[in-house]
Amino acid sequence: MSAGAISTLLPFGFFIVLVFIIGIYCLLASYNLIRVLLGLELLIKGATLLIGIVGFVTGRVVYTQTLIITLIVVEVVIIAVGVGLVLGLHGYNKTLDLRRARNLKG
Amino acid sequence: MAINIIIMVLFVLAALWTVMSRSLLRGAAGLAIVSAILAVLLFRINSPIAAVFELSVCAGLIPVIFVTTVSLTEPMVWPEIYKHMWMRLRRYWMLPLILIIAGIVLTQIKFNILLALPAKISEPTVGQMLWNLRPADLLGQVIILLAGSIGIVVLFKEKK
Amino acid sequence: MKALLILLPLIGLLIANLLPKRIGRVFAFLAIVIIGLFQITLVTCPGSLSGVDPLTLTFLMLIALVVVLTSISSIAFPKTDSQKVNFNSLLLIILMGMNGLVMVRDIFSMYVFIEIVAIASFVLIVFNRERDSFEGAYKYLVFSSVATVMLLTGIALIFLFSGSTSFESIKMALNSSPKNPIILLAMALYMVGLFIKGGLVPFHGWLADAYSAAPADVSPLLAGIVTKTVGIYPLFRVVSLYSVTGPIRTIILLVGIISIFFGALAALYQKDFKRMLAYSSISQMGYIVLGFGCGTPLGYAAAIFHLFNHTIFKSTLFFNAAAVEKQTQLRDMDSMGGLAQKMPFTGVASALAALSTAGIPPLPGFWSKLLIVIALWLAGFKVYAILAVVASVITLSYMLSLQRRVFFGNVGEHLLHIKEAGAELLIPSTILVLIMVGVGIFFPFIIGTFLLPVTRLW
Repeated sequence: MSAGAISTLLPFGFFIVLVFIIGIYCLLASYNLIRVLLGLELLIKGATLLIGIVGFVTGRVVYTQTLIITLIVVEVVIIAVGVGLVLGLHGYNKTLDLRRARNLKG
Repeated sequence: MAINIIIMVLFVLAALWTVMSRSLLRGAAGLAIVSAILAVLLFRINSPIAAVFELSVCAGLIPVIFVTTVSLTEPMVWPEIYKHMWMRLRRYWMLPLILIIAGIVLTQIKFNILLALPAKISEPTVGQMLWNLRPADLLGQVIILLAGSIGIVVLFKEKK
Repeated sequence: MKALLILLPLIGLLIANLLPKRIGRVFAFLAIVIIGLFQITLVTCPGSLSGVDPLTLTFLMLIALVVVLTSISSIAFPKTDSQKVNFNSLLLIILMGMNGLVMVRDIFSMYVFIEIVAIASFVLIVFNRERDSFEGAYKYLVFSSVATVMLLTGIALIFLFSGSTSFESIKMALNSSPKNPIILLAMALYMVGLFIKGGLVPFHGWLADAYSAAPADVSPLLAGIVTKTVGIYPLFRVVSLYSVTGPIRTIILLVGIISIFFGALAALYQKDFKRMLAYSSISQMGYIVLGFGCGTPLGYAAAIFHLFNHTIFKSTLFFNAAAVEKQTQLRDMDSMGGLAQKMPFTGVASALAALSTAGIPPLPGFWSKLLIVIALWLAGFKVYAILAVVASVITLSYMLSLQRRVFFGNVGEHLLHIKEAGAELLIPSTILVLIMVGVGIFFPFIIGTFLLPVTRLW
């Protein structure tokens, strides 16, 4: 049983790690405030898929579905507030450039 | 199983396109596509209700939020977009390389891990589980939605 | 009874928002004060809350105290009616979020409440809609969400072994196969996520910006209780399920000692009052984490006691900073001076809090730092103990520098007209200073009633 679980888990885990790498690279390398949120979204997608596959492997599909539903609700609120912050920052700087938003230093 | 692997490859390719695409609108569309593929994957691993939520919220609501923001802040014209595109590609060309290297490294690691999986139990439906067994999560969802709405009011209300 | 602590604020929130704004603002403020006092009485009367252990009780008391005092101090900063209702609604949400965080017995519900507190703090930071606060809140959001993804990954990997997210099943799963690489990876990811949320080095990038850019009435809340509840409490809860040994212990000790030194050294170079206090917070959180990393009951109790003390004295310092900022409209310490003559109460409170931070007897900061050093020494980490004492000296030096620059010396010409801050900012300071001095003097009493029950938790 354990070996069968590993054989289903491993390919998914491999691709999930790739998605995490894409998300983190986007977060680190982008100069645009909104693209950073895009990278964040990709990371959360990776985590969602990980929870889903863990539920499938352990047989607890219903449990993980409840976790995923709650996670999606939380994600929407975070993105909504994040977008509000981006719009507020744009109102002041008139640009979405992350490099301009380095006013606080030290 | 092979179909799952194909869908996962599409998933990673769509994520790559989203990140490297030239304009933010394409990025938002790419996010919708990524969410749709994720929903298909969730369907295939026996999580249909989570898949429906993912499809309706993350492939529908969140790209709409992003497109609204982009249209409110960045009306970019075409020559600028091309200039930006080449500058971005110069920063982002390393990403597919990193992915390929990571892929090769990961396939070479030998996993001799024993998993001690928990015992199989019979589970109720999602609705029963949420309401009876995880009421704290439901309460948390209600509170976070209230927090989000108060947050939006604070952020967007104009100063008189 | 436990559910009341979350449901009462919820009802208060809904009513306060549905009433017309002029009544709603008074109602919201009264709701916070009454619920906070109710929470404190519930906690101090023994036996009225069932199924909660002393760690949760300590946090509940601190949460109620700081939220009520923040609400009182926010009267000093003028707001329109609807702004006041929104502000107090956000305080009610943070109260609900933190109460829920410390009371649930499930790792995923804890994550949901962590996010509630995070969202409410983002909005509180940008409450005055200034440019710096948008930037600070955005940085906080990005760091916090990356930490969220790490927490979720850790939870998912632990779920592979436990099949459920409740604490008991996790404890069974963690103890049944402790050396499994997946479990070590899960714990490491979870802890790194918590370190980011708690602002420990090297993941502290958001903290100085967020604390200093927040409005003056929000900073005591953030520094005093929110970062601790969101970052340190889950660490205490979850990692103690696992047993603090081996590589996990080394990571915790290293992060603790690096945070102490980095925070202290960075605080020496700051010119902005609130930024220096922010770096000082990083340093003190390092002490708490170091105490926890000992892995012994004494270290655990010392860490919780230092957490209690830090809430009291750091909130006092931030309330004083708010008073100074309100009266002088300044935050740059070099342009201040001699304020002790103009603002005597604030000066005395700040001096006592600064001495407590540096660890001078008989103030309680001395006792908790001493206990941490003793715990480290007894657990065999003699080098860490010596380093902690050395860092105390650096702490003393930057705190004295703060006092000298802001409060002592001659009054500058532009400051001659300054008066003492109003009652709304003095009352929180005074209450906290009284608690601080009381705990310091009655320390033997504290050992019996507070430290020993907490030790039994280990």
